Amino acid sequence: MELAAAKMIGAGLACIALVGAGVGIGNVFGSYLSGALRNPGAAATQTTNLLLGFALCEATGLFGLVIALLILFAF
Amino acid sequence: MNLNPMEQFAVRPIVPLHIAGYDVSFTNQSLLMVIVVLAAALFLTLAVKPGRLVPTRGQSMAEASYEFVGNMIHSAAGEDGLQFFPFVFTLFMFVLFCNFFGLIPGSFTVTSQICVTFGLAAFIIAMVIVTGFLKHGLGFLKLFVPHAPFALLLLLVPIEIISFFTRPISLSVRLFANMLAGHTMLQVFAGFVIALGGAGGILSVLSVAPMALIVAILLLELLVAFLQAYVFAILTCIYLNEALHLHDQH
Repeated sequence: MELAAAKMIGAGLACIALVGAGVGIGNVFGSYLSGALRNPGAAATQTTNLLLGFALCEATGLFGLVIALLILFAF
Repeated sequence: MNLNPMEQFAVRPIVPLHIAGYDVSFTNQSLLMVIVVLAAALFLTLAVKPGRLVPTRGQSMAEASYEFVGNMIHSAAGEDGLQFFPFVFTLFMFVLFCNFFGLIPGSFTVTSQICVTFGLAAFIIAMVIVTGFLKHGLGFLKLFVPHAPFALLLLLVPIEIISFFTRPISLSVRLFANMLAGHTMLQVFAGFVIALGGAGGILSVLSVAPMALIVAILLLELLVAFLQAYVFAILTCIYLNEALHLHDQH
């Protein structure tokens, strides 16, 4: 019983990783917008970097989610 | 009602098959892969078959995807990256169609299986290594040595090596976790709708709210499905670029 409870708590704690992903994604898009509004001419050339930054950021948060799923279902 | 949101990812055999003690059954996953490959191949061949000067909608979609991937490789890996066009295009279309077919209710998401995405990612990294050694010989190992003072190199070279070899893991887990998280979220919200709808009275009316949310999330998932296929393909291009050009820009 205590093991099951500890698993639940651990999985919940692992989801804290999503805080970092949220901050990161906000930072990526915020920086892009402020840069794009200062220099709209260069904005279109940077969309690749924008999407790449977004995906890399999001992935780090999702690693936390994977850990949570592993705790819940694999052990 | 208790619906398990993980049940949708279960791989079930359709035609059980065992060869030399290994389970090689034809599963729902294999079926979806066959459908995806057939759909992509038929779409791309039939759409451009008429070869009109002024394209129809289907033809212009096929042509746009071709140009899109071509531009992507050119901007990320330069002129000589274009020799990998067939590979990257196939990869992009396969992942894109898998993601899109997974969003059809009742179907199966092939890319939500870590074995599929890791298989793809491991193949990509193996190809990058082979390409690098074919092009530069042992000079390919310079990839792990950045321009830095010697004292720093002692620290940097192990980091570079570790970061290179964690790439297949991060590449596959990114796609797999995105698909898994998105579909689990959809299923959890669908559970809300069923629970509220079955509660009766005013609560049944309230179930419209999570239903509307599901529609919105499905639209977001459409974006994610495209974006993850795009990121998968462009990271492949970036890794290929490093193998082709080492540290200097193309």
